[in-house]
Amino acid sequence: MRKLALRDEILLQIDKAARYIGGEVNAIMKNKDDVDIRFAMAFPDVYEIGMSNLGMMILYDMFNKRDDVWCERLFSPWTDLDKIMREEKIPLFTLESQDPVKEFDFLGITLGYEMCYTNVLQLLDLGGIPLRAVQRTEDDPLVIGGGACAYNPEPLAEFFDLFYIGEGETVYDALFDAYKANKKNGGSRQDFLLKAAQIPGIYVPSLYEVTYKEDGTIESFCPKYEGVPQKVEKQLVIDMDKDYNKLEAPVVPHIKATQDRVTLEIQRGCIRGCRFCQAGMIYRPTRERDVETLKESARIMLQNTGHEEISLSSLSSSDYSDLKEIVNFLIDEFREEAVNISLPSLRIDAFALDVMSKVQDVKKSSLTFAPEAGSQRLRNVINKGLTEEDILHGAGEAFKGGWNQVKLYFMLGLPTETEDDMKGIAHLAQKIAETYYEVVPKEQRKGKVQINVSTSFFVPKPFTPFQWAPMFREGDFIEKAKVVKNEIRSQLNQRSIRYNWHEPDVTVLEGFLARGDRRCSEVILRAYEKGALYDAWSESFDYDIWKEAFRETGVDIEFYTLRERSTDEILPWDFIDAGVTKKFLIREWEQAKAETVTPNCRQKCSGCGVLKYKGGVCCESKN
Amino acid sequence: MKVRIKFAKTGHMKFVGHLDTMRYFQKAVRRAGLPIAFSGGYSPHMIMSFAAPLGVGTTSLGEYFDMELTETVPTKEIENRLNAVMVDGVSVCSARQVEDGKASTAMSLVAAADYSVQFREGKEPAADWRSRLDAFLSQKEIIVTKKTKRSEKTVDIRPYIYEMHLDGEGVFMQLASASSNYTKPELVMDTFLQWMGEEPLPFAYMIERREVYANKGTEEDRRLVTLEALGDEVE
Repeated sequence: MRKLALRDEILLQIDKAARYIGGEVNAIMKNKDDVDIRFAMAFPDVYEIGMSNLGMMILYDMFNKRDDVWCERLFSPWTDLDKIMREEKIPLFTLESQDPVKEFDFLGITLGYEMCYTNVLQLLDLGGIPLRAVQRTEDDPLVIGGGACAYNPEPLAEFFDLFYIGEGETVYDALFDAYKANKKNGGSRQDFLLKAAQIPGIYVPSLYEVTYKEDGTIESFCPKYEGVPQKVEKQLVIDMDKDYNKLEAPVVPHIKATQDRVTLEIQRGCIRGCRFCQAGMIYRPTRERDVETLKESARIMLQNTGHEEISLSSLSSSDYSDLKEIVNFLIDEFREEAVNISLPSLRIDAFALDVMSKVQDVKKSSLTFAPEAGSQRLRNVINKGLTEEDILHGAGEAFKGGWNQVKLYFMLGLPTETEDDMKGIAHLAQKIAETYYEVVPKEQRKGKVQINVSTSFFVPKPFTPFQWAPMFREGDFIEKAKVVKNEIRSQLNQRSIRYNWHEPDVTVLEGFLARGDRRCSEVILRAYEKGALYDAWSESFDYDIWKEAFRETGVDIEFYTLRERSTDEILPWDFIDAGVTKKFLIREWEQAKAETVTPNCRQKCSGCGVLKYKGGVCCESKN
Repeated sequence: MKVRIKFAKTGHMKFVGHLDTMRYFQKAVRRAGLPIAFSGGYSPHMIMSFAAPLGVGTTSLGEYFDMELTETVPTKEIENRLNAVMVDGVSVCSARQVEDGKASTAMSLVAAADYSVQFREGKEPAADWRSRLDAFLSQKEIIVTKKTKRSEKTVDIRPYIYEMHLDGEGVFMQLASASSNYTKPELVMDTFLQWMGEEPLPFAYMIERREVYANKGTEEDRRLVTLEALGDEVE
């Protein structure tokens, strides 16, 4: 039997001890003496969240297919265990072998959202790994970051030895081979980093130097050594059949994970080109997986996990060419075995309503629309091609089909937003309520219509046309929410409309971290030292700690959040080639200001730059 | 076909709680490809019921659940198919066909359970507790105060200790376990130590449930039979 890193007495006094014991169905055990590379794959949040991350599971599976690599998992210890580990000096360990992470060759950390950055430092700290990359020695693991936030790795540059930009399937093998070769040749850590930097997609921050102008903006960003590339090119899978790592047996957590189901990734990327959406830009071009492969994958994964639910994963399922076929297959094949089918990100149309009425209880479920902005004008600015007519028609059809709950998602603080745009949110909700009373005859109504309006505050992200846009102060955000609230309260059907909005503090901080540069590292470090942890959790987020960290480090948050950047400014993430060109992003930023819509990739190529990959939607019509 | 499964939960799996153990078996039954029966409705659930919940931290060699299959499968095959998809720490000991009917669900049948209790290293009381056990049990009544959310009540647990004796390094006990008289081994041990004037230490005991019984006799004249023995093998 494996020996656990934690004593029984500890496991018995902490919450959800099963987070830390490993040994789950499909977890992979190897003999550490039989492998050349030990890779600790971390997700900087609690087990239930991390175990729901598809990317991590794909890489775990892929790495372990190599005989010379043993990849193991670890997650952030919850605050109860964090305290005990510090008091008793217990080093952070992986779930499989329960060995200290310090003994590993690599510590890989998935960066899914900015608010996990203090948890990244917790992992290093509890692991006994120096927080700053420059302080690490030949004995420390190489700390590598990846995931969506790696598209602007600069705020974390101090803490990582290297970053992987893009999808993991392409160059990890080359990286592992380079590591082995370097070890065999007796090369040093620095030797390896220099080699790694030459692998496409690998960014080694310590090999670059940044200088700043007097106004605080970047003056230059240059490689320090010859052979280190000026640009780091994002990696992506072009052939979704050959090079995509097909998962067959994902790990089944002992405790209920946030996503307690099989996740079937049907495509990567999105054709829509919403101007606020980072995923829609960085995962271009849209690449679909073959429907026959998907059917087989669904069957194998359900068989190997025993999950009672399967969910389609993509940025916009409705745009998947064979959606009807895959959905009908899942219903026909697995309904009898009582497998639930979950269909997020579906555009509400006749097909969607028909399918949903088959897979869920209409009376209990609600329909979701994401107009994102309250007026057609602003929806044109953000290039969200959903019209009021679409929404009212979809809602009307849904009401006729028996639904009477609708969820609406909006953003406040979008570029060019006016008071009319904010009030438009209330008016749209009111029109939906009216639609209900129009289309559903009195005798068929089952209670009141319920419309839940949610707003979040917009955060500009790198590699989007809005990457230059200013944000707002916390107080201004609250004012915007109040405008919406008051307008909703003055609607005729206000009793049918519920409104809630997100806290602005986290948004502002997220905005700072999303578009930060290397100088932001000091703030993150200071906040962590002062006790910031689990910032993505409202119960543990403490804005006062961060405010102090800004004060003490002298970093001005508003330089990063409030400023409208000029398009000729060198942005911290400009050294990354994310596929979409700066020329395209500038054009889109101008189109946005002109309130002009850009057609989606299937309607007309907008020349964004990813045609060079020669794959996915860019080549569809030519096949 | 109604099937009763007996399983063991040992090692690290003791940290997986009762609800998660149920989820574990729901998924295991699917992986094993057994023809499980479902309830109707929009969110059908497996027809499956567990006997006695086991607390986090306690291991067991005698856990039970019943499930309904839509067709007859040889019991040995059920056992083998489930064992082929288990993780370390959970193993299926047997599968038995049992009679249908609500009155005979595993949960409603539970009357008693066997436990083995040992002291964790360094947590054994200083006093010679071994020599005091008989005196503790020879009391006419053993009154304990049970705290519930709303009230406190006193109960005499002596009648619920069916058996208690030294066993190797530790103690063996057979305790009443029906819903009306469910008696926790920790409570018995704490009461014993306190009676000796010893304050029980936190996490002092390592407890293993050994078996769960139904009562085929009467309250006064018990005839305990293991839940497993109430079923039959089917070929």
